[in-house]
Order: sequence, then C-alpha cells, then structure tokens
Amino acid sequence: MNLWLIPLCPLIGFLLSGLLGKKLPKQLVNIICVGSVAASFGLVAFWLLQNYPVNTPVTEHDFTWIQSGFLKVGFDLTVDRLTAVMLLVVTGVGLLIHLYSIGYMAHEEGYGRFFAYLNLFMFFMLLLVLSSNLLLLFVGWEGVGLCSYLLVGFYFKEKFAGDAANKAFIVNRIGDFGFMLGIFLLVIQFKTLDFVSIAAAVKTLPVETSIGSLSIITLLLFVGACGKSAQLPLYVWLPDAMAGPTPVSALIHAATMVTAGVYMVARVSFLYDHAPSAMHVVAIVGLATAVFAATIGLAQNDIKKVFAYSTVSQLGYMFLGLGLGAYSAGIFHLMTHAFFKALLFLGAGSVIHGLSGEQDLRHMGGLRKAMPITFATLGIASLAISGIPGFAGFYSKDEILKAAYVSQWPWMFWVGAATAGITAFYVFRAFFLTFFGKYRGHHHPHESPIVMTFPLIVLAALSIGGGFLSVPNWLSPMFPLAAEHGDMQPMIISVAFGVGGILLALLMYVISPSLSDTVKSASGPIYTLLSNKYYIDELYAATIVKPLTAISRTVLWRGVDQAVIDTGLVNGLGKVIEAFGQVARRWQSGSVRNSATWILAGSLLLIFILGLGAAR
Amino acid sequence: MDHIPVSWYLTLSAILFGMGVAGFIYRKSVITVFMSIELMLNAVNLTFVTFSYQNANVDGHIYSFFVMVVAAAEAAVGLAIILTIFKNRGTLQIDEIDSMKL
Repeated sequence: MNLWLIPLCPLIGFLLSGLLGKKLPKQLVNIICVGSVAASFGLVAFWLLQNYPVNTPVTEHDFTWIQSGFLKVGFDLTVDRLTAVMLLVVTGVGLLIHLYSIGYMAHEEGYGRFFAYLNLFMFFMLLLVLSSNLLLLFVGWEGVGLCSYLLVGFYFKEKFAGDAANKAFIVNRIGDFGFMLGIFLLVIQFKTLDFVSIAAAVKTLPVETSIGSLSIITLLLFVGACGKSAQLPLYVWLPDAMAGPTPVSALIHAATMVTAGVYMVARVSFLYDHAPSAMHVVAIVGLATAVFAATIGLAQNDIKKVFAYSTVSQLGYMFLGLGLGAYSAGIFHLMTHAFFKALLFLGAGSVIHGLSGEQDLRHMGGLRKAMPITFATLGIASLAISGIPGFAGFYSKDEILKAAYVSQWPWMFWVGAATAGITAFYVFRAFFLTFFGKYRGHHHPHESPIVMTFPLIVLAALSIGGGFLSVPNWLSPMFPLAAEHGDMQPMIISVAFGVGGILLALLMYVISPSLSDTVKSASGPIYTLLSNKYYIDELYAATIVKPLTAISRTVLWRGVDQAVIDTGLVNGLGKVIEAFGQVARRWQSGSVRNSATWILAGSLLLIFILGLGAAR
Repeated sequence: MDHIPVSWYLTLSAILFGMGVAGFIYRKSVITVFMSIELMLNAVNLTFVTFSYQNANVDGHIYSFFVMVVAAAEAAVGLAIILTIFKNRGTLQIDEIDSMKL
C-alpha cells in the first residue's frame, strides 16, 4: 500500500467540499468529509496491521521535489514508530471530531466551508507527520498554520474572530522565521534536509559543551516550536484562537496542530541530544510556560479560555519532558493529552451547544441532570488531566515528572508537581461551576444529539484506556528507556498535589461557594493580575505592536511609501517623461511642411553619415 | 550616347530632385506638393536608369519600373485623398491641414 494515499483522502475531501460545498446537500458533505478522514484512519490502521511491528522505518520516495546543486529534496514519506503514534492520534481523534462537528455545526452558516477547511487541515497535518525531511515537514507546518488561520477566523463577520485569526497567523510568523533560519543553517551545515542523513551526519559530531552551531540550529528550531506549540513568549495567540468553532479548538488548538512543535522536536531529537544547552532552554521554557499558563487559568471565566490556558500549560509539560531527554514521555503525554483535551473541549462544546452559545462559567451551573453524558465524560477528562491514577493523564505526566525527579534539577519536579495541583484545581473549578450548584443562566439546557455524545464516549474511553498503552515501550527502539527506579515518591507527591487541587476546588465551589468570593477579594491585586493574564497582551501591545504600527504609519507609509515611492518614483518618473514630452511635442506640429523638413534633414544626416563611412 | 558623360545625367537628376524638394517644402497647394513628389520619384528613376546603363546591368531598369508602378498607385490614392480633403475642408492650402498634431 502506498503511503501517499493517507494524506490524499482528506485532500480529495477538501477539493470536493471546497469547490462544490455550497451546492451539495449537507448529508453529502458529511459523507465526503467524514468519509475521507475515516478512509485515512482505515488506511493507517490497515498499513499498521500489515507492517506491525514497525521495527524499521518504512520510507517511500514518491518524486523528487527540488533538485538544485547539492540540495536534493524529495517528496518522501516515512513511517516509523513515532509517526505511527502521531498518525493514529491525528486520524483517530480527527475522525471523532469530524463526527462531532456534524452535530455541532448543524445550524451554522458555511457548513461546507467548515468541513473543507477541516479536511485541508487533516491533509497538511498528515503530511507534517509523514514527511521524512524537514522541508516537507515545513510545508505541512505552514499548511496547518493556514488552516488554523482560516478556522479561527471562521466567524469572519465578527471582528474579534478576524483579529484572533490575524494574531495567530502573525505570532506564528515570528516562530516560523526562526524555524526557517534553522532549516537554512541545517542546509548549510549538512547539505541535506533528510532526517536519516542528518542523523547519520550528527552521529559523527561530538556533543557540544558550549554554544555551537548545533545549539544555534536547535534553538532556532525551538523558536518555531514555541510559535506553533504556544510556549512562552509566543503563547499569546492560542487563548485568542478560541474564537473559532469549538471542534476546531479541540482538533487544531488542543489535540493535533499545537503538538506539532513537540513532534518536531522529538523528530529531530538526534540534534538536541548533541546540544545540551538547547535542551536546558527547552526544559526551562516548557516548565515556565506550564506554571505561567496554569496560574492564568485560575482566574478565567470563559470555559474555553480555561481549557486553552490548560492546553498551553500541558504543552509546557511536554516540552519539559523533551528538554529533560524523556522524548517518549513527551510524546506519551502528547497522545494522552490529545485524548483528554479533545474531550474537554468537545465536552465544553457540548455544554455551549446545549446553552445556545453561552461560554461564561458564571452563567452555568447545575447542568449534571440536564446533560448526564457530557457531565460524565467531562468528569473523566478532568480526572485524566488532573493526573489521578487509573486515568490516562496520570501515566504520561508521571513519566515526565519522574524524568524531572531523577534529572540534575530536582526542583523542576517540585514546580511541575505543584503545577499539576494548580491544573487539577482550575480544571475542577470549571467542572464544578458548570455542573454543580444552581443553574445561573437563562437558556434552557439540553443534552446534545448522539452524533456529538458518541465521540465524547469514545474519547472518555481513550482518556481512561490511553494510559495503559505504553507509548514509551513502543518508542523504546527510537528513544531508549530511562533506567527504571522503584522510587514511588514522585508519583505519590504529584498525585497528592492533584487530589489536593481537586479537593480544594470541591471545597471552594461546591461545599461552600462563598469561600471562593472570600479568597477572590482577599487575594485582591493578585487576582486582578491573573484575570488580566499578567497584562502580557497589553505589554506586547505597548512595547511591540504600538511602536511597530507607529513606525509603519509614519516612516514606512507616509515616508517611504507615500513620499519616496508614490511621489518620488511613480509620479516623479511620470513627471520627467511628461517634461520630455512637452519638449518633444513641439516637433509634432501636424504641419506637413514641418514633417517634410525633418524628413529631409534626417535623410541628409543619413547620407552624410554613410558618406563619411564610405570615405574611410 | 557615348559623348554624353554620366555625370550630366546625374547632375540633371540632382537638379530635378532639388526642385522636387524645394517644391515640396515651399509650395502651398497640396496639388503642387504632390507634383513635387512625382518629380522627386522621377529624378530617382533617372539615376537608376543611368547607373543601369553604365554598369550594363538590368536591375536599375527593373527598379525604375517598380517605382513607376508604385508612383501610379500612389497617384491614384493620393488624388483620392486630396479630393476627400477638399470635400471636407473646402481648401487645399497645406498650412491649414494640420490635424495630425496631438
């Protein structure tokens, strides 16, 4: 079976629904778009069954894409064990979210457009994970960025949606600039972009003890990962990206696209292994992001914003794992996170759908009777993200925290464990505010249709069972397992933090709700700081955006564009030619006699010149 | 014809051509200007024939026949234009026909 068939299915779905979407009935759009993803999933499953266990990577050369001097880039697809995990997560979760979207988007405008974009996203995401060189990966990387832009701005009639889409795209440009510089340096140093060839070349190089070329390359690539995977300081676009429809938040901004950075770092782990200083940066940025975003999540009132910050925070965990060299733990967390975070978002979407678009936690409450399935599944997801044993999040988070515990910086473990406590607290705060207490809204809540609850149930099962799939063992041929140590201490501590967070949330939002107001008013300025997200958006606006627009307006627009290019070059050139014309038009008097005189003069001149030539 | 030197023919041709040029530039009636053109063409024809005779080559004769044919065609077209101009403007004064400028 050819690997290129896997991304081709959603591409065909995109072309059909994108070109004909408006004319086709909704039923047919459903069949095409959901069917194409189902076909991809089927192909992935079929391929994996055929090739199980994928002990050696399978590479397929489809055609040579670029051949220029020493640089040869092929359209090459590779499946190894890492790709296999990603393929299953992307197509599996993607399929569930496509199904869910049928129910969620049923009453929305632009139905065909929505599914066309989702299919296009699937195509680029599959290209990204299948690619066997960095340039093709970059194509997928930019493609998913484009789809993210299109889908965040899906409700383009609302100004905030357009603004959020622009923000996502522009912030990602900053990251991608670093990524591209990294690719250029790789080309210069290794003359190839093929993962296998680079890995072979890197093996011969020594591990860099100070900042060398590999450190610079890996750091630049990490800048790209920071943009795509919403790490400090480029995370600001992700919370705003919640302006898109909720299935998009679940698929792109929680389960798959934002984890592309994690995947990329794991994919080029052979580079990072030779650049320990870059690894430290990755670990520290990841941990800082995890703490930072978790604290913001404490004080958000929009249910999707809470989950958005928790996504940023969980991505931080993944990078912490990668930075500590526990690549398989990072990928493991990527997978379980895809399950439970997609579930959290889809559950939130189900709540929003049931409340006719209400997203504010303060207008929810007491929904557990009206929405029993959403309640149960969202509860499972919340337990999973809190790292409660038996649920998926526990196993993967435990792997990362264990890696921190045995690393050279044990303090990272303590910070990470405390963050797990904060995570448990704010996720359960949202959970309790939604489902417990008295209903504080004014819509009539109702449970979602089966097409929406079915994906919830499947994802809930995965949020429990996903932890028992031992991804680190599966990936051990690529990323050797750390030496097992029987120390139960890190696990007990992190679980204690998680349970503590849940109990605190239970106390503050269910048992005595007045307590939360007391805490809120007691913490005063800290609460204001958190609910305003540390004023980071305002800081960026003041230090970067405002000066940039000011310079653009005064220097670039008024100065360069209007004065130099418009007035100087374009109009100036026209003026010069017109002035010449004013002189030249005097020759064209229209008088025949005048013309004849000029012809005579010209002929005489020609004869004179010819005669001069002949005389020589 | 042996006793008439080639230079005489050429001189005559130059004089005729000069008269044609002068008439073309200085006369005011379109008809006269047109006749001046014919004069210039025939001056050139004379040169062709002279050289053809001197070099014992028939090419010059052929060229002069071409010129005559073209001149005849040109006369037909030119006179038609002149007629039209006169119909439209009621004048054949060359200085008044200046609509070719921008």
